[in-house]
Amino acid sequence: MAKELWKGNEAIAEAAIKAGCKFFFGYPITPQNEIPEYFSKRLPEVSGCFLQAESEIAAINMVYGAAGAGSRVMTSSSSPGISLKQEGITYIACAELPAVIVNMMRGGPGLGNIAPSQADYYQATRGGGNGDYRTVVLAPATIQEATDLVQEAFDIADMYRIPVVVLADGMIGQMMEAIEWRTPKKRELPKKTWATDGTKLQRQHNIVNSLFIDAGDCTVQNQKLAKKYEAIVQNEIKYSITGEEDPEVVFVAYGTMSRVARAACMRLNEQGIKASLFRPITLWPFPTEQLKAEAVKPNVKAVITVELSMGQMVDDVKIAVEGAKKVSFVGTGGGIIPTPQEIEEAAKKILGR
Amino acid sequence: MITAVTGHYGSGKTEFAINLALSLRGEKKVYLCDLDIVNPYFCTRERKEVLTEKGLNVIVSLGGMQIDIPALPPEILTMFEPNVLGVMDVGGDPVGARVLARYEREFARTPHELLCVINANRRETSTAKKAIDYIRAIEQSCNMKVTGLVNNTHLLHETTRDEIEKGRLLCNEISAMTGIPLKYNAADKRLIKQVSDIPHLFLMDIYMKKPWEDDYGSKSDV
Repeated sequence: MAKELWKGNEAIAEAAIKAGCKFFFGYPITPQNEIPEYFSKRLPEVSGCFLQAESEIAAINMVYGAAGAGSRVMTSSSSPGISLKQEGITYIACAELPAVIVNMMRGGPGLGNIAPSQADYYQATRGGGNGDYRTVVLAPATIQEATDLVQEAFDIADMYRIPVVVLADGMIGQMMEAIEWRTPKKRELPKKTWATDGTKLQRQHNIVNSLFIDAGDCTVQNQKLAKKYEAIVQNEIKYSITGEEDPEVVFVAYGTMSRVARAACMRLNEQGIKASLFRPITLWPFPTEQLKAEAVKPNVKAVITVELSMGQMVDDVKIAVEGAKKVSFVGTGGGIIPTPQEIEEAAKKILGR
Repeated sequence: MITAVTGHYGSGKTEFAINLALSLRGEKKVYLCDLDIVNPYFCTRERKEVLTEKGLNVIVSLGGMQIDIPALPPEILTMFEPNVLGVMDVGGDPVGARVLARYEREFARTPHELLCVINANRRETSTAKKAIDYIRAIEQSCNMKVTGLVNNTHLLHETTRDEIEKGRLLCNEISAMTGIPLKYNAADKRLIKQVSDIPHLFLMDIYMKKPWEDDYGSKSDV
């Protein structure tokens, strides 16, 4: 199929529609407004429903409802709006419902600004809401990958009955790239026998619930969730490694920042400083063992985490590397994207060159 | 003389508007105005400094801050004075073009052109029918008539001659159906060897690069 030019936000919305998403509930916020705008035009064409809710909180609870009824459903927002959705996300996680939530991160904390940022890493990977729960977190670095991952997000959500977060930033949402439409590898997905989609007088009522008032019941539910998360860690880790095979410096970066780090890598390689880029594609589950294997390669002198934040993923990098190598952080919060030259210079300084 | 540049968002209006303004530099003062108040990223205002250095008078709102407030700077009215040249980089889609209606009285007494940028690789303008619907919607929203087409069909750094030719054929089809002439076939300067024989060729330097795009960035695969 011929390549087309798409803007990140609209491509994500179209990818969801291709994946069979029939419902979108959201509330406007820059820099992700093209997502609801696109859905508002396209969903009626596929007999779906777009609804602009009165708030982010209302939107995520509508997602809860549609997911409970067994439909493919999505919401999207940007950082402060995602904060508002956290209560709904923990309910959806506890009730074990599939849903896709896109966060086009912007500068924070608080209302922040509309510039690109990666400062919601903790919120996305640690569970921004209450309780022991996880969401799968997918971090696309290109528009092509965004369209692939959004489609797969719906499959992962259905397979494990779990909310899946697609974590990108304003740059991915706003930029244009050439893509071709692809479909994800087919998965055997379980039937939604739990959905509250009407008994037709042929079965008992299904109940969607996140209230386990009996401590014993709540413990059982927690253990059940933990077992599910273990399976996801086993099966769903995604990452990529590019650059030199035998690196002296390993960059760790995701999403937009991985594009800058990759350019820095190429600059260093051209100067004879061997560099590789380790790019987690799933931020949870984090590719812990895979990163360690790259970091412990004999000639690695520095592991440098590069983020559009004041340093969040660097915690997971340190957990992965287990002190085997020195882990450094380069980056900044607030919306300024460092240049490849700045990353290159920072790496040389860390290497003492 | 004012040239307002409209089109579907993502068609490459800003890149074309910048290059058009640069090509007009000469004896007269040249203004480039960022009238895009619907798009938060990749706007002319992000390149104000370098374009000012190159001799353009760049008019942006709110000091060029990256902020989504639909405010229009009053300096825009200076573009309608006699003996100056102006290029307006208008926001995408009919919604972005609506801002032009604010200057209806000024346009009535100033020679002007309204160009519509067509990128055949954008789905919404990939066929003549769709593109004409777009043109009509833009005209309705700003209460002006499109006077020329700009073929800016590209796939960023993956663009080949075939892409530009595909867009040229589409624009010719639109011209035949509407009478709106094709004024420019835009192409990245780096493609010059492939495209030198294309009529109405307009070669462009690329200014709206992504933060990681330098000589390596466009080739970098993650």
